[in-house]
Amino acid sequence: MCLGIPGEVLEVDSEQPDLAKVAVSGVKRKINVGLLSDDPPVPGDWVLIHVGFALSKIDEDEAAAALAFLNDLGQSYEDELAALRDSQIE
Amino acid sequence: MRFVDEFRDAEKARALSAEIANLCEPGREYKFMEVCGGHTHTIYKHGIEDYLPENIRLVHGPGCPVCVIPMGRVDDAIHIASQPDVVMTSFGDMMRVPGSGGNFFDSNAEGTNIRMVYSPLDSLKIARQNPDTHVVFMAIGFETTTPSTAMTLKRAAAEGIENFSVFCNHVTIIPAIKAILDSPDLRLDGFIGPGHVSTVIGCRPYEFIAGDYHKPVVVAGFEPLDILQSIYQLLLQLREGRCVVENQYARVVPWAGNTVALKAIAETMVLRPYFEWRGLGFISHSAMRVRDEFAAFDAERIFEMPGVRVADPKACQCGEVLKGVLKPWECKVFGTACTPETPIGTCMVSPEGACAAYYNYGRFTRTRIREASAHEPV
Repeated sequence: MCLGIPGEVLEVDSEQPDLAKVAVSGVKRKINVGLLSDDPPVPGDWVLIHVGFALSKIDEDEAAAALAFLNDLGQSYEDELAALRDSQIE
Repeated sequence: MRFVDEFRDAEKARALSAEIANLCEPGREYKFMEVCGGHTHTIYKHGIEDYLPENIRLVHGPGCPVCVIPMGRVDDAIHIASQPDVVMTSFGDMMRVPGSGGNFFDSNAEGTNIRMVYSPLDSLKIARQNPDTHVVFMAIGFETTTPSTAMTLKRAAAEGIENFSVFCNHVTIIPAIKAILDSPDLRLDGFIGPGHVSTVIGCRPYEFIAGDYHKPVVVAGFEPLDILQSIYQLLLQLREGRCVVENQYARVVPWAGNTVALKAIAETMVLRPYFEWRGLGFISHSAMRVRDEFAAFDAERIFEMPGVRVADPKACQCGEVLKGVLKPWECKVFGTACTPETPIGTCMVSPEGACAAYYNYGRFTRTRIREASAHEPV
């Protein structure tokens, strides 16, 4: 559960700017970006996501490194992605 | 994947390995603690110890949030879930953590409704959809996770959701590190600081380790080369007689942390006078509870709980493993009575636990990796 997973911001919810649609390893889900309100992400930005919240902005290199770490985890990352797939943050 | 290769380049690893060996003083033993379970995972998965001289020992710390939850709190959660019209929710990793009478799956077999969620916001949604039930979120985790609970509490209050509460078990990393520094069992030479926790708290909170305890700290990323680089930085500090906090993971961790997250925590939670950690015992000011202003969302005030302290099983030596006194395989039940399928202790439950990480990647021993092809990536 303590995983930080990289996601690419696809769009920010125009009615609820705390929410953004992101793509994580092919899974597209809404997450909360309220913790980045000092410097809100825009489409194309990469963020590190933890339990449905973007914790920090990262660059594409770091996203690739984080993804490599997660792929090493194997089953734990699969479980995390499955949980994300079931998530319905609104 | 050009970028990943940069973090895994075997040539760079060997070069760092040689520089690390050069910095070691002959005859001196070095013990560095990696606080975070994610680092423990990288160390075992990639056989990092095989790139280090024999006189450097990596000691695994208490930074696995599932591992430090004491049995009594699992029992309390099951007690709350047993109340009429209650749905308990928590992260998937909590489901197999043993309480004194079984885990959440066992409890569900007896009639409770304990569900896995990805995010506390998913719990809030279940509450919105089921106004006739009370939905409790069992919140666990270090400062990485605490802001998500804080934001969810604020959201619940803003929306005026009356059937949602948080069973707060958030812990703080600094008092645990201090407890380990004060423990007579272990003499450490430096710390590999946690990556994700530091994204939230920043690097300043570690300054007492350098200032008061005169041990260097390097906050590190999760790739194999990050770990080697941070060990190199720790040794360099020791060699030069310096003791400071350095940020090897600056590409993600801002020095000041995430101020929005820290503010959200401060608005919704306060420090408890003390909290029990599995294996480490009671540590003062080491966990959070829900603030009075949010009392309507505090499961501990809504439900009566047994609150009984339950001793760990005698056979289990998670405490020693969490403090870094024992290596996982030195525990009496490691890999025999205690396995990831049938864990006795929490360190074997979570994939971030030192025992589970070692169990899964134990083939990377110092000798075997040397026999393996020198051309394999790190």
